[in-house]
Amino acid sequence: MRRIPSWIWPVLVALFILALSRVVKNEYYMFAGYVVLQYIVLASAWNILGGYSGYVNFGSAAFFGIGAYGAVVLDKLWQPPLVVAIVFGGIVASLVGLVTAYLTLRLRGVFFAIATLALAIVLQTLVMNWDFVGGPLGYYSVRPDSIAGFPSYVNYLFVIMLGLALIAVLVARAIELSFIGRGLAAIRDNELAAECCGVPTLRLKVFATMVSGGLMGMAGAPFPYYITYLDPNSAFSLAYGINSIAMPLIGGMTHWIGPVIGAVLLAVIQQVATVTISSELNLMIVGVLLISFITLAPNGIVGLFERYRQKRQRRLST
Amino acid sequence: MTTQSPLLDAMSIRKRFGGFVALDAVDIAIRPGERVGLIGPNGSGKSTLVNCLSGAISSDTGTIRFDGRAIERLPAHQRTRLGIVRTFQIPLPFTSMTVIGNLTIPLRFAARHHAVGGTTNDVEQALLILEDVGLRDKAHEPSAGLTQVELRKLELARAVAARPKLLIADETMAGLSNSEVDEIILLLFKLNEQGIAIIMIEHIMRAVMAFSQRAIVLVAGKKIADDTTDVVINNAEVVRAYLGE
Repeated sequence: MRRIPSWIWPVLVALFILALSRVVKNEYYMFAGYVVLQYIVLASAWNILGGYSGYVNFGSAAFFGIGAYGAVVLDKLWQPPLVVAIVFGGIVASLVGLVTAYLTLRLRGVFFAIATLALAIVLQTLVMNWDFVGGPLGYYSVRPDSIAGFPSYVNYLFVIMLGLALIAVLVARAIELSFIGRGLAAIRDNELAAECCGVPTLRLKVFATMVSGGLMGMAGAPFPYYITYLDPNSAFSLAYGINSIAMPLIGGMTHWIGPVIGAVLLAVIQQVATVTISSELNLMIVGVLLISFITLAPNGIVGLFERYRQKRQRRLST
Repeated sequence: MTTQSPLLDAMSIRKRFGGFVALDAVDIAIRPGERVGLIGPNGSGKSTLVNCLSGAISSDTGTIRFDGRAIERLPAHQRTRLGIVRTFQIPLPFTSMTVIGNLTIPLRFAARHHAVGGTTNDVEQALLILEDVGLRDKAHEPSAGLTQVELRKLELARAVAARPKLLIADETMAGLSNSEVDEIILLLFKLNEQGIAIIMIEHIMRAVMAFSQRAIVLVAGKKIADDTTDVVINNAEVVRAYLGE
């Protein structure tokens, strides 16, 4: 019997969640689940650049916001189907990724992080002053009452985000297992040595930035329809930048499942805290978890698991 | 000197760092399969020259031809693919990978089009190379746990995996014991026998004398001697640079 390829598991899980979404009647779960799925996309996308190659991008909000405002622009012009807005957001965000990469990838470490943080702030300021998309007043998107084949519009958005999460996870996994992932890992370990071993470091970094940014842009495109009122502060919120770093860090950055674990864990805790205590606590929760993981388990949950497995193997072999 | 056309031909390489002239119109030519020692006091520009040749930094002026191609504008990874491969003074292993994992990077990214040893399988090729340098039994251990001499061997093995025509070994023996130095010299001879030209940068004169057919001496960014090792070692200017007046 042939071994079952491991990409089948994310697909099966996605199908299972899809089936669940047909049964569950309470719309709140769709509403909260959407946020969790959105963070799976952002964390997996962030990890392609940040986890695999070691370049810490603090500006996830920039790419997310581009996707969201890209959808607003299309909505004002001709109200295309959501899928078109998602593709558009992905393309624009990955082009911005291309430009950003050439401008900033010569910077290393904390300087690269600051440059990407600046990108988010610059874009937010630009949108703030762009009247066509509402400027500081924001934009109300009118969403259709229902979509054929779906019980409600929120359910439709949930399924779309489920699809995006699946795509992001499969893309991250494919990159990790390909020679591109090996090259990115070499860059993370030592960029000069990688270049001298024949790894085209600049080209790989630009590629990773474009894919990472593009996926984040796709995650942002349905957002105006999800919250119905979009303003620059919510589209370019610092929370996206911090969460998409914290989630892979907590889950583990060297394996594609790490960001998924981190995103589910952190986003669920945040959703629960929002309804039981207050959303004000969310960033504090992230902070506390980050500090505990960096000190106690620097390789995240995946790292803990692998250490346990190695220990057990050693015990079995002796 | 033979009339055979050089493998590497670098002419009037200059490099300044601010007001400091690190390399002042240095010429260097290497024939295929040659063993050359590059010596000079600390700060004489040896490492800068290595960096300019391998593409880690770009020279200000001057031309570099390798295998008949002008390469002075090419980024480092393309020079590696053409066959100029260097090792580092301080070993720079890919610490998240196993020993064999370190070798699969150059095998995949630099040597894809010229498989050697009748196998195109990366793992088999890597094992053959590790066998050569004596790291075969460490193949699946994490590279972070190697000893100093093993790290130097890994550094050489990784360079060999890129299938070089010219290997630049930058102080591969610094800090090693006498017997370990001999081990590395033997290893370099073995690689040379496979047809790889080697530039050895070294402070250990014993190693340079034993290994090189020719020695090039840099002092303060200038080339002051370039001849067979016995001639160079008796050159009055070289003696003065090393021992003082």
